[in-house]
Amino acid sequence: MTETTETTKTAETSETTKTTKTAETSETTETTGTADDTTQVEPLLRVRGLVRHFPITKGLLKRKVGAVQAVDGIDFDVRPGETLGVVGESGCGKSTTGRLITRLDEPTGGSIEFQGTDITHLSQGKLRPMRRDIQMIFQDPYGSLNPRHTIGAIVSTPFRLQGVEPEGGVKKEVQRLLELVGLSPEHYNRYPHEFSGGQRQRIGIARALALKPKLVVADEPVSALDVSIQAQVVNLMDDLQEELGLTYVIIAHDLSVIRHVSDRIAVMYLGKIVELADRASLYETPMHPYTTALLSAVPVPDPRRRTQRERILLKGDVPSPINPPSGCRFRTRCWKATEECATTEPPLVALRTGHQVACHHPENAPQERPVDAT
Amino acid sequence: MTAPIETTGAAAEAQPEAVLKGVPAQRIEGRSLGRIALLRFRRDKVAVAGAIVVILLVVLAAFSRPLQALLGLDPDSPHQDLIDANTTLPKAGFGGMSAAHPLGVDPKFGRDLLARIIEGSWVSLLVAFGATMLSVAIGTVLGVVAGFYRGRVDAFISRMMDVFLAFPLLLFAIAISASLQGGAFGMEGLPLHICVLIFVIGFFNWPYMGRIVRAQTLSLREREFVDAARGMGARGPFILFRELLPNLVGPIIVYSTLLIPSNILFEAALSFLGVGIQPPQASWGGMLNQAVKYYEVDPQYMIVPGLAIFVTVLAFNLLGDGLRDALDPRSR
Repeated sequence: MTETTETTKTAETSETTKTTKTAETSETTETTGTADDTTQVEPLLRVRGLVRHFPITKGLLKRKVGAVQAVDGIDFDVRPGETLGVVGESGCGKSTTGRLITRLDEPTGGSIEFQGTDITHLSQGKLRPMRRDIQMIFQDPYGSLNPRHTIGAIVSTPFRLQGVEPEGGVKKEVQRLLELVGLSPEHYNRYPHEFSGGQRQRIGIARALALKPKLVVADEPVSALDVSIQAQVVNLMDDLQEELGLTYVIIAHDLSVIRHVSDRIAVMYLGKIVELADRASLYETPMHPYTTALLSAVPVPDPRRRTQRERILLKGDVPSPINPPSGCRFRTRCWKATEECATTEPPLVALRTGHQVACHHPENAPQERPVDAT
Repeated sequence: MTAPIETTGAAAEAQPEAVLKGVPAQRIEGRSLGRIALLRFRRDKVAVAGAIVVILLVVLAAFSRPLQALLGLDPDSPHQDLIDANTTLPKAGFGGMSAAHPLGVDPKFGRDLLARIIEGSWVSLLVAFGATMLSVAIGTVLGVVAGFYRGRVDAFISRMMDVFLAFPLLLFAIAISASLQGGAFGMEGLPLHICVLIFVIGFFNWPYMGRIVRAQTLSLREREFVDAARGMGARGPFILFRELLPNLVGPIIVYSTLLIPSNILFEAALSFLGVGIQPPQASWGGMLNQAVKYYEVDPQYMIVPGLAIFVTVLAFNLLGDGLRDALDPRSR
């Protein structure tokens, strides 16, 4: 138990370094969070039991011999105006989740509802008008812009594809968008290779915002950038959210980035959401052992405090998503695992308002559940 | 070879900055990858030399008839007075070289070799260009479709390529040329020969192009900008033509420039075997064919068309290599 109190302490102290602006937004979500989990506000995006298995085929006849269970039954809501952060190790299904929401990939099962419309298996033709409202920001600023097109052509592509004629013409609007993301309108005729990584990511953001979307899914928007540029891009996204009333789903593996931008955070492990909570709640009182371990791995920029806290080192590797462990998927690496963990899969339940966790032996729980003897 | 690349790269990087500092008031004009490639190409002296020779050859081929008229040459008029009636060889030395016939005359008929080389150039280049265009057209379309749609479409097209590559091309070319000798499709004589050659060479060479385009498409379609276009609601054709094809132009240009010389050689080979361009029409391969009989006594007759083919093929290859280095600097 000592280790958890230590992590709480470090979380608290670093909390003070946060900007007042983000603290405010967390407060507002706190109030919406207290209005129970089944919020009165109609969620913008409702995901239920989402599954994506990539089949593994063998031989000439493409016999199915198994499946990579990239995403295996996840539920979450995204409320209008909030930022949902999705964290997890590489290969845990974060990016697949993002691609499923934007329907760049076809779900194997479950449902995705956007503004009350089921878009899970909508045909590409029917999906086309919906695409205006759901846009994506990509991870690799070098791969996401076509090197053969000018910036003007790239940012005006959404208008062309959706047949939208903005007021004052496409060129005017594109130049306005470039200014919005902090680039010069003069850059209209230049090519992507003439820009730095951070500038390119801004171009990607301008493109994503061109059609005034409601939901923006950002798949590792800053992980390919230098740390100094990361802050720029993250703050730009923050400002734009306020200005345009955007809703974000931000996928990242960097806990400090997630902490900075998110209102609520979903922690994923091997294709499952193991914990879903408000930011403050998650960082101060993480309930799932995996979250605790992740938080303890965040580097502390203070050598004196570094020696004080205890790091939880997870043993072993992430099990293969082809053949995940029975029961709780984290049990193979969990120091609290018991018999129960191997047999029954823990459901994602709210142990506190706005704090859902999928664990038989949660930490920091309001009432500690009895631990069976092992 | 590493040092020049680095200097080129650094210069290309530094250029936009310099432009910014020098003329801040001017409108910023982006430099497309094509213009950067041109700059890079211009630094490659060997490739530029190849390009100049190629341009000269193309001009020569395009204006071969007016040029002959201008120089007062005629590839078909015999000069029996220059031929030794007994040996059928040119009387003068070095294959009958003289001021009136700078490259000499051919044995037996005494026709001017310079005129015949000039006359043969347009046949060779027309067949090579035509066949290359046919290969590129078929190869690009099928390659892009195979690479983009994958699955069964890809399997079918790829197996088709294998079949075409396994075809005994030379035998087929000889058979088809021989069987169409009399006239077909309402054509006969020279136009028919040229069309048959273009068809045979072009139609059986497309798998090389197809494979290159397919491989490039396979890697391009996984790039994020394709996902981005799809996420904005782009349909297949849009992605194919606006997102993928512009990125394929480089490799297509490069490999068609490298395909032209091999097609020139193939045309020469077919004409040499007697199934391509038929005499008395002058063609480089046909001249070589006739020269074989005289190579011991009149080597000049063989050297002239041989050299013409050699220079042309070399120039196209140098141009192609230079273009590849300029358009795709990572490929070496």
